[in-house]
Amino acid sequence: MRYLPLSDADRSAMLEKVGASSIDELFRDVPEGLLLDGPIKGLSLHASEMAVERDMSAMARKNMVAGDVPFFLGCGAYKHHVPATVDHIIQRGEFLTAYTPYQPEIAQGTLQVLFEFQTQVARLLGCEVANASMYDGSTAMWEAIGMARRITRRTLAIIHEGVHPHYVSVARTMAKFTGDSIADRSPQLSGDMQIDKLLAEIEANQPSCVVVQYPDILGRITDLQPIADACHANGALLVAVVTEPVALGLIKSPGEMGADIVVGEGQSIGVGLQFGGPYVGLFATREKYVRQMPGRLAGETVDAEGKRGFVLTLSTREQHIRREKATSNICTNSGLCALAWSIHMTLLGEKGLTALAQLNHARACEAAKRLSAIPGVRLVNDSFFNEFTLELPVEARPAVHAMVKKGVLGGVSLGRLYPAEPQLANGLVVAVTEVASDEDIGALEAALKEVCK
Amino acid sequence: MTAVNPSGWRPSSPATSGSEMQPTVTGNRALMLEEPLLFEIGSRDQTGVDIEQREGGNRLGGLERSGIDLPGLSEPEAVRHYTRLSRQNYAIDLGLFPLGSCTMKHNPRLNEKMARLPGFADIHPLQPQETVQGALEVINRLAFWLIDLTGMHGVAMSPKAGAHGELCGLLCIRAALEARGDARQVVLVPESAHGTNPATAAFCGYRVENIPATKEGRVDLEALKTRLGPDVAAVMITNPNTCGLFEPQMKEISDAVHAAGGFVYCDGANFNAIVGKVRPGDLGVDAMHINLHKTFSTPHGGGGPGSGPVVLSEALSPYGPLPFAAKYPDGSFKMVEEEHAGEEHPDAFGRMVAFHGQMGMFTRALTYILSHGADGLKQVAEDSVLNANYLLRSLDDVLDAPFGFSGPCMHEAIFSDKGFADGFSTLDVAKALIDEGFHPMTMYFPLVVHGAMLVEPTETESKANLDQFIAALRSIAEKAKASDPSLKAAPVYAPRRRLDETLAARKPILAYKTPAPDGVSAAPLAGGG
Repeated sequence: MRYLPLSDADRSAMLEKVGASSIDELFRDVPEGLLLDGPIKGLSLHASEMAVERDMSAMARKNMVAGDVPFFLGCGAYKHHVPATVDHIIQRGEFLTAYTPYQPEIAQGTLQVLFEFQTQVARLLGCEVANASMYDGSTAMWEAIGMARRITRRTLAIIHEGVHPHYVSVARTMAKFTGDSIADRSPQLSGDMQIDKLLAEIEANQPSCVVVQYPDILGRITDLQPIADACHANGALLVAVVTEPVALGLIKSPGEMGADIVVGEGQSIGVGLQFGGPYVGLFATREKYVRQMPGRLAGETVDAEGKRGFVLTLSTREQHIRREKATSNICTNSGLCALAWSIHMTLLGEKGLTALAQLNHARACEAAKRLSAIPGVRLVNDSFFNEFTLELPVEARPAVHAMVKKGVLGGVSLGRLYPAEPQLANGLVVAVTEVASDEDIGALEAALKEVCK
Repeated sequence: MTAVNPSGWRPSSPATSGSEMQPTVTGNRALMLEEPLLFEIGSRDQTGVDIEQREGGNRLGGLERSGIDLPGLSEPEAVRHYTRLSRQNYAIDLGLFPLGSCTMKHNPRLNEKMARLPGFADIHPLQPQETVQGALEVINRLAFWLIDLTGMHGVAMSPKAGAHGELCGLLCIRAALEARGDARQVVLVPESAHGTNPATAAFCGYRVENIPATKEGRVDLEALKTRLGPDVAAVMITNPNTCGLFEPQMKEISDAVHAAGGFVYCDGANFNAIVGKVRPGDLGVDAMHINLHKTFSTPHGGGGPGSGPVVLSEALSPYGPLPFAAKYPDGSFKMVEEEHAGEEHPDAFGRMVAFHGQMGMFTRALTYILSHGADGLKQVAEDSVLNANYLLRSLDDVLDAPFGFSGPCMHEAIFSDKGFADGFSTLDVAKALIDEGFHPMTMYFPLVVHGAMLVEPTETESKANLDQFIAALRSIAEKAKASDPSLKAAPVYAPRRRLDETLAARKPILAYKTPAPDGVSAAPLAGGG
């Protein structure tokens, strides 16, 4: 077997060294009858590289590839062009096949990258400090709610309308077990994000935190400052959720507008779609809350010769030191995706990120104009970045399937995300990034016209 | 006899070694290149991408941003920055990485190639299901392999890492108990458990109590039985345990826990030792996470991403989370989400992640599993156990093996610091191994062994590699017993000498701050200590 270096002669010599007459003697602690005597029945046996490649490729070919068709899906995962450099670097064995940097003297590569990642994330989100990554945006949001509970010693979290419904579902699941309560509601097909209602709820309910997505699931953008002010006046924290960080190349960061914790899904920078994972959770906050933060942190220090170096730090928050008193049970995070994120962000820089964001917005504006001109189709949003919601004259869910038959992946129907909300059934969320060409937008326009007839 | 040092290289004389090396103008030392921070070499005006300029439209709601302060690098500068940094890392691709309980095995490159097929890498999680049948097939096939390899009833694929899998398993247990109106409050965890176990139990609202161990390093069955009762929701056991030993009474433990109305959670971090040899389902386990990044060779990536599917017993399967990939008699696949949960999975405890789990890890793990097959995976377990026992018996005359007397170990060997000279510690041994070109073993874990050194070679190491490691560790152990002061200076040849972790924690600097123009350095965070 190509991954196993021991020869039969090695095995015999080693068995002799350990004083065993057979390999199964080394398994003698396994009670009789429970040690299997041969390969598990009904499972295939070892296969050559070529055979496995054929098998896997056959399954890959059954999927419709985003890059092969006009593609407009978003809602928490975005298709952007990732420079070739990113994938090349993350496949260097020194990054790919390293472990968590527990021995800092021989892990400065990973540690310096994490320190740079933390700084880039903090600056992009407008916060003072960021951690070395979480699993994804949805788990980062849940951790933020838990952190707000620890800081405020309150247990009600208000999740404002427009937070990704799967994120809400994760929070509701976790809350069942932690004693938190979650107040949430679904959005309306309207540009009005009901901010006045939210401000009244904050005052009336004195929550631990308010969670607002920016831009939200319908693509709407709202000024977070009044919400932050209301939170702070009532002893609550504002948690902002960003699922499309490219937007922050063009619009104000949540931190600038007073958010106390900013979490995000980092996938759209450097990490491909990959059918939902692995992605990279972003988590940033104020310096004063750092000891309540979950997850790993890289920090600067010096070595015995006084040279600058980096280590994992403030570990007394973490499970391997604090055990049942830790801020979170997270251990492995999304290290390699954080590296990919950081490389892409370094290649972009502020100049490239701003240009990328402008290109996204320009294309989205153009698409919104063309699509909302289709008879019966209405643009829901007053504001948006690269994603907006259309109200169709027909149910959006079958429309999406009908567009697939025309070779167009034309958006995410709100019926898929909110199956229990009939008032959203005609909503179609369309994401338009730099990968959508003029021809792609034309193909979507033509397909949508047909299905809306 | 294998040559320990086949190149014929001999240590240089003390006068030319270590810290007495001559300084260079650049700070570089030949192939060892210093690299500044991105923020010291990049600029806001520099970029490594060419992006079409396009104006038109402004629907931003009046929230335009001014200034982000993110430096960029041109492509050649970026490639060099990260390549130089990569060379300051140790990695499996460079050599033995015997971190106990972490299973740092070779990461086959076929796995990487398959994960990058556009049909897997470039599909959106919310694509209509008729366009992702192949992806759902991968998830479903991997799920059945995991079920068959463990002899369990069901599997939850969505947890993102081992600790997330633990959470999934305990939430299934809590949901099952709540379904029968049973409000048990306590989870029992051995002292030798990974820190994630008690952290997870506490997160789920349970009170954590320790289970004592015997002097042979196993769970004390009698003490456990005494503690079991109507308040115990679950027992969390790692098997093989973190001392590298199989729990021979696992079945009796499970039976006792079940008889008392509780559930058995097994931490599957060490599944590599028994894959294809023993099925946890036969041991009475109710839930066990499988770290795909350990047993099934998906790369660790410097700390993730991982993937932690959880196999479940028949009693717990009804409570597993949404969504999951189901196969139908017509050969089609469906991702069952909240919408259809009522018909297909009504007792699901909820949802753990936004989408379906770590697809990129599923493709890698399935590729690895298909490569090895049932016969190869059995050989994986056997070779990993053989390699560990070979290390144990090649070192137990110079290092104290606290459980060596009780028989063979599984996939990892544990040693203590007993016999080291005063003032010499496990840390010194670990740092000296760095100078010998090895990654150190897991240090000071598990907590039940003083100065623990947990060595897991994995099955992907050759005998020659093991012999070289043994020779190095023997020499270092002798020095630690003989008070050799050179150990205290180690590492000397690494990119950095020992780092001041106390300073890092006392005055945390967690992000780069541009120095003030007069050269005043960045201030550390307030409120340190």
